[in-house]
Amino acid sequence: METGTSRVKRGMAEMQKGGVIMDVMNAEQAKIAEAAGATAVMALERVPSDIRAAGGVARMADPTIIEEVMKVVSIPVMAKARIGHYVEAKVLESLGVDYLDESEVLTPADEVYHIDKREFTVPFVCGAKDLGEALRRIGEGASMIRTKGEPGTGNIVEAVRHMRLINSQIRKVGNMSKDELYAEAKNLGVPYDLLLEVHENGKLPVVNFAAGGVATPADAALMMHLGADGVFVGSGIFKSEYPEKFARAIVEATTHYTDYKLIAEVSKNIGTPMKGIEISKLTAAERMSDRGW
Amino acid sequence: MKIGVLALQGAVAEHMKSIEKTGAEAVAVKQTHQLKDIQGLIIPGGESTTIGKLMRRYEFIEPIREFSAEKKPLFGTCAGLIVLAKEIEGGEEAHLGLMDIRVSRNAFGRQRESFETDLDVKGIDNPVRAVFIRAPLITSVGEGVEVLSTYRNEIVTAREGHMLVSSYHPELTDDFSLHQYFADMVRQSS
Repeated sequence: METGTSRVKRGMAEMQKGGVIMDVMNAEQAKIAEAAGATAVMALERVPSDIRAAGGVARMADPTIIEEVMKVVSIPVMAKARIGHYVEAKVLESLGVDYLDESEVLTPADEVYHIDKREFTVPFVCGAKDLGEALRRIGEGASMIRTKGEPGTGNIVEAVRHMRLINSQIRKVGNMSKDELYAEAKNLGVPYDLLLEVHENGKLPVVNFAAGGVATPADAALMMHLGADGVFVGSGIFKSEYPEKFARAIVEATTHYTDYKLIAEVSKNIGTPMKGIEISKLTAAERMSDRGW
Repeated sequence: MKIGVLALQGAVAEHMKSIEKTGAEAVAVKQTHQLKDIQGLIIPGGESTTIGKLMRRYEFIEPIREFSAEKKPLFGTCAGLIVLAKEIEGGEEAHLGLMDIRVSRNAFGRQRESFETDLDVKGIDNPVRAVFIRAPLITSVGEGVEVLSTYRNEIVTAREGHMLVSSYHPELTDDFSLHQYFADMVRQSS
């Protein structure tokens, strides 16, 4: 009997495929998310758009919130630790959190090193803007990848950019000859064996979700159309006018992302989505996607 | 021979790959009319509450019950086992309620308690590599149910006539012997 094997950790992410993982800030929101059909919830003290508004240093959530959420739902509960913050991650693991997100939404604790995720029993998800970042995180032990997007903006453009870039880089690697892979591994700064796996299978070795800026059912379906295995929705649900309706509509649009009539149907009368931010209005310091490397 | 995988949410592609290794054709079932074209159906792992909700929303419950009434084989893994069970502990409403078993969800604990191990399964010669992820357990079975394997005295594989269930994920390994067992059930029934 072995716990925390890469099959057990990656397999957990496989079970989330085709699903929607929702940010929640308390027990009541967690119940709404579960009732709408979320496959997991991310327990947070503040959603990304509030983190933006509040400014200052964003840290791991108060354990009381995480425990409160774990108590009321039977679906998996995820939580965020700061990039490179080994102790926050260990604390979250000790609470029994099912999945850790080493997340750029929080203020990084280390500007050079990410957490060595292999020594944890609990799996990690990490953000990536391109194939290099994705494979570096997988090399460190991440069992799931998500696009970084630009969290808390309600603007899908960055998530689209990241998903397209990762997929086009995967196609490029797939077309390379074997002897070109060594130079490409050096070029991308990634372990050769992981690049070889991408070359052979035409996909990342782990599940790849979309995250960062999903605000509407159509946004979620667009990310699925671009090849995402599933969707994280942060501020998009509980910053919308009617979170219950919105949550349900996003779940349905994700499941049936090619059924445009259905997406039209579920998009009716669900109120206004969260107010968005134009990316070019963000200063370099305000861009969360540039955190991590 | 065509075997479908209910494709509302969860590990669909992995099951399809395993089915194809048995020589059968795999079909991702997203709409109820597709049930007419297949001889057996797998309900995959995923989140059982999500799969159950989507099955109700897209009116899969009755068509799958009819599929089962024709004795066409069904195979539920992990969440799929919960979806097939007649009774779910903790007061949750049954989904398909077809198989005479009582199940306990997340019976082994949270993700950090998830594990993999080798299992002896009745009817399969070699040990099966079983991946348990926030897995459910079968806490009791009805008269017509045959227990195919146990782990630490708890029931983890069972069969009732044309229905097969496992609380673990055979689709996450390269070992497709349990899929072969199911494909043989489908072949014999059609």
